[in-house]
Amino acid sequence: MSVGAFNHRGVWAIYRFEMYRFLRTIWTGLATPVITTSLYFVVFGSAIGSRMAAIEGVDYAAFIVPGLMMLSLFNESIFNASFGIHMPRFLGTIYEPLSAPLSPFELVLGYVGAAVTKATAVALVILATAALFVDFEILHPFWMLAFLLLVATTFCLFGFIVGIWAKGFEQLQIIPMLIVTPLTFLGGAFYSVKILPEPWQTITMFNPVVYLISGFRWTFYGAGDVSIGYSLLATLGFLLTCLGVIWWIFRTGYRLKS
Amino acid sequence: MPPVVSIRNVSKRYAGGHEALKDVSLDIERGEIFALLGPNGAGKTTLISIICGIVTASGGSVHVDGHDIVADYRSARTKIGLVPQELHTDAFEPVWSTVAFSRGLFGRPSNPAHIEKTLRDLSLWDKRKAKIKELSGGMKRRVMIAKALAHEPDVLFLDEPTAGVDVELRRDMWNLVRQLRESGVTIILTTHYIEEAEEMADRVGVISRGQLILVEEKNALMQKLGKKQLTLSLSQPLAAVPPELGEWDLALEADGTVLRYTFDATADRTGVPSLLRRMSDIGIGFKDLETRQSSLEDIFVSLVTERREVAA
Repeated sequence: MSVGAFNHRGVWAIYRFEMYRFLRTIWTGLATPVITTSLYFVVFGSAIGSRMAAIEGVDYAAFIVPGLMMLSLFNESIFNASFGIHMPRFLGTIYEPLSAPLSPFELVLGYVGAAVTKATAVALVILATAALFVDFEILHPFWMLAFLLLVATTFCLFGFIVGIWAKGFEQLQIIPMLIVTPLTFLGGAFYSVKILPEPWQTITMFNPVVYLISGFRWTFYGAGDVSIGYSLLATLGFLLTCLGVIWWIFRTGYRLKS
Repeated sequence: MPPVVSIRNVSKRYAGGHEALKDVSLDIERGEIFALLGPNGAGKTTLISIICGIVTASGGSVHVDGHDIVADYRSARTKIGLVPQELHTDAFEPVWSTVAFSRGLFGRPSNPAHIEKTLRDLSLWDKRKAKIKELSGGMKRRVMIAKALAHEPDVLFLDEPTAGVDVELRRDMWNLVRQLRESGVTIILTTHYIEEAEEMADRVGVISRGQLILVEEKNALMQKLGKKQLTLSLSQPLAAVPPELGEWDLALEADGTVLRYTFDATADRTGVPSLLRRMSDIGIGFKDLETRQSSLEDIFVSLVTERREVAA
């Protein structure tokens, strides 16, 4: 029996397997970001935020909502996608997807698709948690969801690369902890980069995360640190870069096929 | 009938420069049990991994049921089931789920009846709800086989299927392999247990240092290369082989109490009757005698040793 031009059952098998793993630990998977976000709102929203001036007409507690969502989305995307592909490499079970009639696209679709679902679910739970603490509006809800999915897909692809690159579980943590989280904190998650003095404002513009957070904030309040066009271009550029690296990985078999 | 697996001039050189396979060509006939023998590091697993798509060959081509494993990998891979050497499993998955996952991965529609039959055939039905981590090593090995059979492959690769399993399970495995062959599945197994190949295989291939040095019908191989030995337990020990017995290939062993004669069993004249007559003539008596055919292991060791000597 031929699997046809698209092995949808194979993709579904991987997707379902990954989602089951998430569902097995769903309470810890969701409780951690909810508690963390609540703490951020208690500290930055109520304690410090009440003494902060509004930024571009947006109350400070509301201003940080998109940034907090992005912070969790980046980390959840990288964690889920990198763990999803690294685990079978670590256990040796990767032999099965590699020997199955799956194209590289289908394989990535299964693993990354599940990671995008998980990361997006966490981001939406954080959004719901934020609504308990703060009044905010979403000016462009369709674009908010579209941007959320675009960024989640991009960072899950990045996480997939990290999961293949990493030689052990310690290395899985290096990129999120040492690069992504600092760049997010310095990329305007909790402030507008416009309030930075020169030359820091110019230097900050070399941080790609600025464009992602700014774009996402635009979908909420119609304004960001950079124009939405630049934000979309930066996100698409990162997405294409990740796709290019993954194409190279499958072409060369880097750390997948010896 | 065309071969079900056709391997042509396959080579593999790893990034570090190690040449794991050198110009290997081999045809596997439909419905046979083929045993690939070789010492550790000979290239057996590399060859299987290339056919299954886990390792990329440096050169050559492989066709499975007429489908090129690179250009037409989807069709080729649906024909193949692989049981790897190591017990790679998801410890927290129940048996049924992991077998159903394998079937889905290979693009097959859900078929609970087939999965049930597979689990029953492998004596896993009672364990279908158990998590893999709760199973014994032998049971895990069976789960690996069930996963490989989940998508109803035509060709099954068993990489060291009985490595580290007890004698009873090994016998069970052999019976299972025979049943699979009877159901029309072609079996290719790698092993360094000669007994396994001798017990089950129709044909044997010997691989050493990345080169396929011999492919032969098992029985023909044993007949062609097999030596036979006559062992005589002497009534009285001898200090040396008497000069009157110089024309036979004799060895005196066990402090002169055993006389061993190695001969070609396929020759017209084996020399056994004349040896016994001459011994009688010169007064050498014996208490017991036995003959033994060389095992596949003897042949294998001799081939590999010969190869190493040539390489040195």
